[in-house]
Amino acid sequence: MQIAHIIGGIVSIVGSLFLLLGALGIVRMPDAYNRIQAGTKATTLGTLLFLAGIGIAEPGWLPKLAVLILFILFTNPVSSHVLARAAHHIGIALTSRTVADKLREHEEAARD
Amino acid sequence: MKNWVVSMILLFGLWLLLSADLAVPILIAGFIVVFLIVLLFSVRNPVFRDIKLGPKALAYIIIYPVVFLKALVMANFDVARRVLSPSLPIRPAIVEVRTILHSPIGRLMLANSITLTPGTLTVEIQGDSLFIHWIDASATDINGATESIVRGFEKYLEVIYG
Repeated sequence: MQIAHIIGGIVSIVGSLFLLLGALGIVRMPDAYNRIQAGTKATTLGTLLFLAGIGIAEPGWLPKLAVLILFILFTNPVSSHVLARAAHHIGIALTSRTVADKLREHEEAARD
Repeated sequence: MKNWVVSMILLFGLWLLLSADLAVPILIAGFIVVFLIVLLFSVRNPVFRDIKLGPKALAYIIIYPVVFLKALVMANFDVARRVLSPSLPIRPAIVEVRTILHSPIGRLMLANSITLTPGTLTVEIQGDSLFIHWIDASATDINGATESIVRGFEKYLEVIYG
């Protein structure tokens, strides 16, 4: 019992470290799209590990935690995609380090 | 028919996870609710119409989450490394890739998997083209990008969803 709590705690802490990295990524990245990248990936694994840690400490909650994990796995990428799509649609600029923007080329070609 | 069965199995699994109880009345109530939901929504939204249920597809349905989780963990260490290194080693680009998947659910799974894995984020889907923001673009031409981003997942999704 005690050991399960300790292991669960460690897994949860690792998860929160990933969440911290995600937050740091949002501060450090140069433009909206790169921030979304950092925000999506780190928070998905971070939340997943955090919930898994709770599940290890309290096995009775595992089914509902599994539902939460599935919900996050399915909704997180969709929301990130929609944010990025909207950002590109209203013309938020990419950082100057960007090497190519095929979507804008594609749209300009379609307009001509 | 296949759409109905798959929808009902998935929804019933969700019911079991939510109720976490195997008493007979709860199972019967769950079955009735699942049946009504599938009756109401599956007629107009044949989400799983294109799913394949052969032995190879079933095996890939089990393998795919493992492949995906491995890619997800690698994606996280990759982004973590970029965020933490002082020089911020990124080379972002929006690249175009082509998919050979035709079913909407297959494309949804592909776009979601791409968004959750190493440094790639689906920005737009138009026809057979996916426009992907890539945090470290090693190839900006359509073939090179398709090869490195899409192939790994498509191999499995093609068998499962067609």
